[in-house]
Amino acid sequence: MQFTDHKKAFLILADGTVLEGRSFGAEGTVIGEIVFTTAMVGYQETLTDPSYCGQIVTQTFPLIGNYGTNDEDYESSGSVVSGYIVREYCEEPSNFRCAHTIDEFLKKYGIIGLYDIDTRRLTRKIRESGVMNGMITNEPGFDKEKALEAVRAYSVGSVVPKVSVKAPEEYKAEAPKYKVALIDYGYKHNIRRELLKRGCDVTVFPYDVSPEQIKAFAPDGIMLSNGPGDPAENKTSIATLKALIPERIPTFGICLGHQLLALANGASTVKMKYGHRGGNQPVTDLELGRTFITSQNHGYAVVADSIPESAGRLSHINANDKTCEGVRYTNAPAFTVQFHPEACGGPHDTAYLFDEFIEMIGKERGDR
Amino acid sequence: MPLRSDIKKVLVIGSGPIVIGQAAEFDYAGAQACRALKQEGLEVVLINSNPATIMTDKHMADHIYIEPLTLECVKRIIKIEKPDSVLSTLGGQTGLTLSMQLAEEGFLEENGVKLLGAVPETIHKAEDRQAFKDTMEAIGEPVIPSKVVETLEDALDFADNEIGYPVIVRPAFTLGGTGGGIANDHDELHEIATNGLRLSPIHQILVEKCISGWKEIEFEVIRDAKGNVITVCSMENFDPVGVHTGDSIVIAPAVTLADKEYQMLRTAALNIIQALKVEGGCNCQFALKPDSFEYAVIEVNPRVSRSSALASKATGYPIAKVATRIAIGYTLDEIVNQVTGKTYACFEPALDYVVVKFPKWPFDKFVYAKKTLGTQMKATGEIMAIGTTFEAAMMKAVRSIELGLDTMTKPDFEKLTNEEVEKKLYDIDTDRSFCVFEALKRGISVDRIHDITKIDKWFICKLKNLTELEKWLADGTLTQDKYDTAKKYCYLDKSIERISGQSIDACGIKRRKAVYKMVDTCAAEFSAETPYFYSTYDEENEAEEFIEEHSTGRKKVIVFGSGPIRIGQGIEFDYCSVHCVWALKEMGYETVICNNNPETVSTDFDTGDRLYFDPLTPEDVDSLIATEKPDGVVVQFGGQTAIKLTKHLKEIGANILGTSAESIDAAEDRELFDELLEKCGIPRPKGHTVFTTEEALKAANELGYPVLLRPSYVLGGQNMIIAHCDSDVTEYMEIITSHKLENPVLIDKYLMGTEVEVDAICDGTDFLIPGIMEHIERAGVHSGDSISVYPAQTLTDRVKRVITAYTERLAKSLNVIGLVNIQYVVYNNEVYVIEVNPRSSRTVPYISKVTGVQMVDIATKIMMGHTLKEQGFSSGLYPVGDYVAVKVPVFSFEKLHDVDTQLGPEMKSTGECLGIAHSFETALFKGLIAAGFRMYDKGGVLFSVRNEDKPEIIEIASRFEQLGFDIYATSGTASTLIRNMIATNFTYRVSEHHEPNIISLLESGDINYVISTSETGRSPARDSVKMRRKAVERSIACLTSVDTAEALVKCIEMKKNIEDVEMVDITKI
Repeated sequence: MQFTDHKKAFLILADGTVLEGRSFGAEGTVIGEIVFTTAMVGYQETLTDPSYCGQIVTQTFPLIGNYGTNDEDYESSGSVVSGYIVREYCEEPSNFRCAHTIDEFLKKYGIIGLYDIDTRRLTRKIRESGVMNGMITNEPGFDKEKALEAVRAYSVGSVVPKVSVKAPEEYKAEAPKYKVALIDYGYKHNIRRELLKRGCDVTVFPYDVSPEQIKAFAPDGIMLSNGPGDPAENKTSIATLKALIPERIPTFGICLGHQLLALANGASTVKMKYGHRGGNQPVTDLELGRTFITSQNHGYAVVADSIPESAGRLSHINANDKTCEGVRYTNAPAFTVQFHPEACGGPHDTAYLFDEFIEMIGKERGDR
Repeated sequence: MPLRSDIKKVLVIGSGPIVIGQAAEFDYAGAQACRALKQEGLEVVLINSNPATIMTDKHMADHIYIEPLTLECVKRIIKIEKPDSVLSTLGGQTGLTLSMQLAEEGFLEENGVKLLGAVPETIHKAEDRQAFKDTMEAIGEPVIPSKVVETLEDALDFADNEIGYPVIVRPAFTLGGTGGGIANDHDELHEIATNGLRLSPIHQILVEKCISGWKEIEFEVIRDAKGNVITVCSMENFDPVGVHTGDSIVIAPAVTLADKEYQMLRTAALNIIQALKVEGGCNCQFALKPDSFEYAVIEVNPRVSRSSALASKATGYPIAKVATRIAIGYTLDEIVNQVTGKTYACFEPALDYVVVKFPKWPFDKFVYAKKTLGTQMKATGEIMAIGTTFEAAMMKAVRSIELGLDTMTKPDFEKLTNEEVEKKLYDIDTDRSFCVFEALKRGISVDRIHDITKIDKWFICKLKNLTELEKWLADGTLTQDKYDTAKKYCYLDKSIERISGQSIDACGIKRRKAVYKMVDTCAAEFSAETPYFYSTYDEENEAEEFIEEHSTGRKKVIVFGSGPIRIGQGIEFDYCSVHCVWALKEMGYETVICNNNPETVSTDFDTGDRLYFDPLTPEDVDSLIATEKPDGVVVQFGGQTAIKLTKHLKEIGANILGTSAESIDAAEDRELFDELLEKCGIPRPKGHTVFTTEEALKAANELGYPVLLRPSYVLGGQNMIIAHCDSDVTEYMEIITSHKLENPVLIDKYLMGTEVEVDAICDGTDFLIPGIMEHIERAGVHSGDSISVYPAQTLTDRVKRVITAYTERLAKSLNVIGLVNIQYVVYNNEVYVIEVNPRSSRTVPYISKVTGVQMVDIATKIMMGHTLKEQGFSSGLYPVGDYVAVKVPVFSFEKLHDVDTQLGPEMKSTGECLGIAHSFETALFKGLIAAGFRMYDKGGVLFSVRNEDKPEIIEIASRFEQLGFDIYATSGTASTLIRNMIATNFTYRVSEHHEPNIISLLESGDINYVISTSETGRSPARDSVKMRRKAVERSIACLTSVDTAEALVKCIEMKKNIEDVEMVDITKI
């Protein structure tokens, strides 16, 4: 362990607090929205989740990097988090698939890391004051006032275009039964894997795909992916979805996809104080009357009361704070959830929703 | 689903006496269960034979039976109380097995009783080897492949063609795994299987795929009737598969698993609990191959367990309470999470710290026993440490475990050569973590250590970090940076000074005190109200904030707990600490508990107003006092662990409530104590204080043998012996001086009289003796291992008056404010004092329960300034009640191979149970039954006693003979018996090399009782020791004191059946 040769790094928060820690990963200065995740495993999935674009991620679990990083557990092709904050990172990881240390991983993707700070203190701060912008820097001579100005001016904007594919990509299932259009707002690869596993050929479309393109593709189902940022910003995507509603194509939405379809149906979204991020959020499926442990990562939520009665009804709620976690549409064969049934990281307890989607496709095709 | 309307009266079955593998965790679980049931307005009936528990306390249940946990007794209580339900899953394996038997016999159905928690089908699927295998296979969960075979060919075929090598061979019905072993290839299997088949009495062996070296991972899971399932906590063992999880250092949560493996095992655990349809908590143990995704289910426990207690304390999630609510009909999404008050029980705790559990083994007592670890658990207790890093938690753990260590360096390893250290790494024993640390210090590589031990490199690297930190500390000037870094890893100031060889103050370093973080189940995601804290060396002090926000203006008291459960300091001290807290709360004080034992009621975060889960050392206590600023502190209920803090607390000016530090010292310091006795005119056996072997020999010869030797400042007779000759003294002094000798050795004339024990309460003016207890065994057997009877049966009124008078004099001269425990020996009608302990004792819970005098509550009130008179008690001996109570010790000898079962001045029992009845005989009978003795009406009794006991054994043998038993004896004993007209079968000793010898006789099944007394000598090689060990292996009751034998024969003579004796509801006493 390095006791002597370490570089100082600082976290400057929008409220003026400066926390001193040490630098790991890439060096430099970065500004982002600071969020925390309470997941105790799955940091590689977190780091490669495009939904974190524009954000500095804090891990509440103090020991990160224990099992290193490997070449398989990627949820996208790289990492787009702005910065990464941990209490302690592991220099000598242990796992049979370990290929790199977390430090090497961060360096590879140019992610500025900060460690050796009291992450619980930071989490409590965010919990009390809501998500906050901040800057990580390892330049000791930084000008605090200037830094604060920049931090306060920052907002996570136009992030979906950054993380979405630029052109359609095709993936073939081993024994294809259906073809699904996956609209990519920053999709986690396990969504694709879950569909492929269930016999769906998957074509990934960019976020700004037109309704006509989708119609022309004539998919058996549409999968709306997760993604980063403020859902209301994505005007084009919302318009596309609105145009597709009358087509009655079976649709399953996750996270940002869930929010966008709600917006397309006239509902509204709201920014949460500090969101839900982690692998332990209980969600009650109102139709089954059962509560499941889910993986989550969102800072915005659909306002439950805002869903027009003519469009659909609330299907899932968060058992803790009762916020909207899912909508069952009545005006189209569609359902969406705020949480992540594709897991990675987190519990797989709601993977049954993919089966429901497949059933829905089957039923609709049979009807047609 | 709300509370089921068909449940009104519930029987809770407790787990009985503390034995290795079933300890205080079930008092914690049971107490939570009882409270949860009562909160729901249900009538609670409780049966538990263990009187030292909180759960058998009057206000925990409506009807409480401290009765033997046998099927007959439970049936009788069901008949008397007519409960509509039985809760099966909160009383450990004992409770589960009894419930299962009751259900299988159809008794429950006949009597209209429902089984709550786990139904027979669930229990069967989890416990029956084949049913378990079938269930797992049906849901696609892999188990360790194995096959029962009866021929060598089948064994070889199975290994060669199905599972591959290595394999483990386990012969059927050989105890302690005799004849088994690991075969790495065909040839080795040929040899081991041949041997195993020969040794198995039914010529059967189990051939199992060997998975030693795999990672051992546990999940605690909860399910409700609706099918909602959650995992509360994952845990990873430091020691790979092969060492019992109860004997392994454990870290929570699991750390070396990536999300893929983690979710794979988590999903498996959830599938298992769904398949078993458990309604409540369940523990799933997995083995995970370190280099692939291959795993196997090792074991499933469909009940709360030691691991669930640990998981509860590690996360703040009250598993037992939630499991109880589920058992009576609630679902997880209806039960509010008490910790946050905002969320529900249907969630999974998120930790923002790590927890390390470290086992407490009894080998500091059993010096001759092997410290080897395997699949049989040997630890008597454990501690838990919370830290923000593994290293910090380990540093806290190592000083909590009370081995005299404050870092991972074990002094005797420092003397070894590098080669010896490397060789020692192969030993899978209690010292392995220390040996790994030593190896790292010697520069042995992480890879090499991993190759030898198979301990995951993650753990080894973390220990390496500590060696590097220590190297850095020792290198050059101690700087603030070095100091701060060491503090971050929770090194004590004194350890930093020792390692660096420099003074912190002289180096101009600013000392740091710990601050506290909250355990809140949610990693700070929600604001929580849990008054549950652990220390770190950060800036922010959440405890301080909490105290400010919750300021009541009430006076504040810290109660120090008793640390890990060990022989000599058991659950009774937790009982006392908890009672003290309750009494203080009732009196309007704000109460704070500090303890480090995860198994106990005292570390339930809602026992006091605040809980600090931290080590109990002077420096740790300093930080706590700095944060809490208490008005007073209590040490007298936490056993020696808390008493040891007295001196330091006095030095820092803490207000020690009750008996002062000076008085505690006066009772423990031999010279001061002698002065005191002289002043009071109270005789004690003559004795001396010595430091060296020469002094000891001189003193022993002056006093005349036999003499009693013991170190001062001990509890539970640790390292105490009776020496009969010079060589005994020499041997003893060599062992004792090999440890660092800070306190002298006491050497006393040994008087073999009746031992009497008194617990008294004193307020400075008046004193109260709730009862005088008399031991069945004469002095020489440790008081904790003796059968103790209340009220005393054989003492004359004069002796009782003398004892009362001496107790008064001692209590007053010592200025006892609170509790005092005094042991006397009555020899030739004279009363001598053996020992005075100005603190709570082992017997306080049971005496409180049978006399109705709530000793701890009264003592606590006295400490806070109330007199006995104010509480309605007059001075002196409390009137004797209607009941006789007999406390019988319980041992864990079957778990501790090669420990001699001969009782002596060193305590060996791990727990106790109680028999209560109107007559002494019936109480004794119940006590012995509860302790596991079986009353045979015929059969064989084997005698082999030392010369001194021969005259006394004649009468006992004759009584057995008259009862129709066949008498067997070894040569000397046999001739004595025959000379006295007792028909005796002569038996050879092992060393006489003739058949039938005592071993083959014990193997034959003809012997029901063994009465064996022999010279002291703890070497397992001795004949008598071998015989006693064999008796343990064959589950034959072995009595090592003539007095115990007499008590047993008395019970057999009564020809009573447990069905004929009264069942006593102690709430009605």
